[in-house]
Amino acid sequence: MGRGTRKRDEDSGTEVGEGTDEWTQSRAAVRPPDQLELTDAELKEEFTRILTANNPHAPQNIVRYSFKEGTYKLIGFVNQLAVHFSQVGNLIPKDSDEGRRQHYRDELAAGRTLGQPEAAAAETVTEELITPVQPKERMLTNKFNFSERASQTFNHRLRWEIYDAYVEELEKQEKTKEKEKTKTPVAKKTGKMAMRKLMSMESQSDDITKVSQAAKIVERMVNQNTYDDIAQDFKYYEDTADEFRDQEGTLLPLWKFQNDKAKHLAVTALCWNPKYRDLFAVGHGSYDFMKQSRGMLLLYSMKNPSFPEYIFSSDSGIMCLDMHVDHPYLVVVGHYDGNVAIYNLKKPHSQPTFRSSAKSGKHTEPVWQVKWQKDDMDQNLNFFSVSSDGRIVSWTIVKSELVHTDVIKLKVEGSTMEVSEGLQLHTMGCGTAFDFHKEIDYMFLVGTEEGKIYKCSKSYSSQFLDTYDAHNMAVDAVSWNPFHTKVFMSCSSDWTVKIWDHTIKTPMFIYDLNSAVGDVAWAPYSSTVFAAVTTDGKAHVFDLAINKYEAICNQPVVAKKKNKITHVQFNPIHPIIIVGDDRGHVTCLKLSPNLRKMPKEKKGQEVQKGPAVEIAKLDKLLNLVREVKTKT
Amino acid sequence: MAEVEETLKRLQTQKGVQGIILVNTEGIPIKSTMNNPTTTQHANLMHNFVLKARSTVHEIDPQNDLTFLQIHSKKNEIIVAPDKDYFLIAIQNPTK
Repeated sequence: MGRGTRKRDEDSGTEVGEGTDEWTQSRAAVRPPDQLELTDAELKEEFTRILTANNPHAPQNIVRYSFKEGTYKLIGFVNQLAVHFSQVGNLIPKDSDEGRRQHYRDELAAGRTLGQPEAAAAETVTEELITPVQPKERMLTNKFNFSERASQTFNHRLRWEIYDAYVEELEKQEKTKEKEKTKTPVAKKTGKMAMRKLMSMESQSDDITKVSQAAKIVERMVNQNTYDDIAQDFKYYEDTADEFRDQEGTLLPLWKFQNDKAKHLAVTALCWNPKYRDLFAVGHGSYDFMKQSRGMLLLYSMKNPSFPEYIFSSDSGIMCLDMHVDHPYLVVVGHYDGNVAIYNLKKPHSQPTFRSSAKSGKHTEPVWQVKWQKDDMDQNLNFFSVSSDGRIVSWTIVKSELVHTDVIKLKVEGSTMEVSEGLQLHTMGCGTAFDFHKEIDYMFLVGTEEGKIYKCSKSYSSQFLDTYDAHNMAVDAVSWNPFHTKVFMSCSSDWTVKIWDHTIKTPMFIYDLNSAVGDVAWAPYSSTVFAAVTTDGKAHVFDLAINKYEAICNQPVVAKKKNKITHVQFNPIHPIIIVGDDRGHVTCLKLSPNLRKMPKEKKGQEVQKGPAVEIAKLDKLLNLVREVKTKT
Repeated sequence: MAEVEETLKRLQTQKGVQGIILVNTEGIPIKSTMNNPTTTQHANLMHNFVLKARSTVHEIDPQNDLTFLQIHSKKNEIIVAPDKDYFLIAIQNPTK
């Protein structure tokens, strides 16, 4: 074979195809000087080699002399066996003579059987097994902390292990079924490969993410131990001094939530999660228009006061947020730069899932409030936003995109001017707060910077249903009463909190709190209880059923001169409130029993609970006030 | 993955936490913040205990499962959170 310098071992059995490839490749790189020159045609010639099981060293044509026939004959079959290695061993079968002899020799040595060596040779095989008599000396183990495996309780393979395995199998089957459904038959091959990759990927990532679950649990437990007294207070402490305090109540400080990353940002929004009652969201941003920086959205759980459950950061300060009632993992936020965004807690990436932009109709001024609405007729999620640019916009998520519709433009009444060519110029009012009616879907209230509150309808975009001259300064918050359908409340930086009946143009109750009021909130358990927070660091709790003129609790909650409280929210089921300040701290306070008073039971009468009772309670009070008004 | 590392770091810096051990299903410590003899001792002893506790819960009701285990002793508290393939042991000295 003229193949140049390459030697080939006959026994190696390499395939030709592989060899030629290698050869041609190396040929391109280096040519040894004494290599045989061949034409291309000769090079491309294919030489086939066939692998067989024949021993190449065995002679192929053995000839033997046959005495019978007197000639040399060719032996057809040649032995192809090639022995590579052989070694003589030293094992003998037990039953053979030598084996038995050795066996008896051992017995004699052990001294178990006596006087049998002669008869043993002819005896039957059935003998007792000889157990090793004395084990080698064991290493002494420390009896205080060493536990031998054999002495431990034996865990039988119990039915729950079978159950667990069965459940796993079920899950796997379901997964494969789903995957098959979504794949077309053509793509099944590639699908299987992808599936295999997915499985291996999952098992890799599971190694680390599985620990995350356990780590979370341990973190919560450690925190519970550290803050054990607070947790106990939260659950069980009831201030017994309330009996002696007449009608006043107190707020017991519980946990304080703060995070380094949100240190210099004020709390601009608070919201409890409608499904998980220990989870709440805190929006961080800045109210100072000179110092605008980034924003953060943190979600804390009361079970872990030291670190938030979810962290999202954004470029622009967050001014407001809301969580969807039916989909508690969707959080909508409004930014200082006028954008709105929706975060999905199920996918905690830093980026929001939907975001508005200049093209998609973002506001030109900070968004002060956002609120989720019921799904529209096509089952699309939608929410409303109000901003200082005077527009109230309804956003809908249609096929994974945010679509906006201007609902109302707030025009300052009496300010329409006629400019040339018959155009009308309106001065736009600046919306700062809004709230939707609990039962009448289309009705909502908007508070403005001018201090007016407009009652609007979603269907009428140009006219307001009603206007209330509420305050002298910007309205900071408006809120409908959760029980009584006619009553709402508003607060403002002009130091007042006012309670209204929406059919009457003047407020029913006015409270002056000696400092700009940041936020008001109705209590979810009573129609007559509400809380207000002021910039001097105080929290005021009112109960109209007990005292119509004064707060029943008036307590500084944060360090007076440094922090201003910006927001307050009641927890829907626990008797606690969260208060956010402008340093980025959120404090959780427990309401003492006096603040949660329910109507006293009269003898023989059952205590009625429920919204009807609450409404009646408030109605009584309102009637009193109305009577007074009609008299004067 | 980095989140888990962060969580473990935070755990370590929590008040009173003496150490954290991550043990696999066979009782072999994978990660630990304490010295070797203590780690192996805790891992070995807790392993059997957790298995026993788990089997107890399962025996009573197969659909039930152990969520966590807390052994509160005079001097400290051992917290174990079991999982399918691992369990995480934390030893805390709750200050009061």
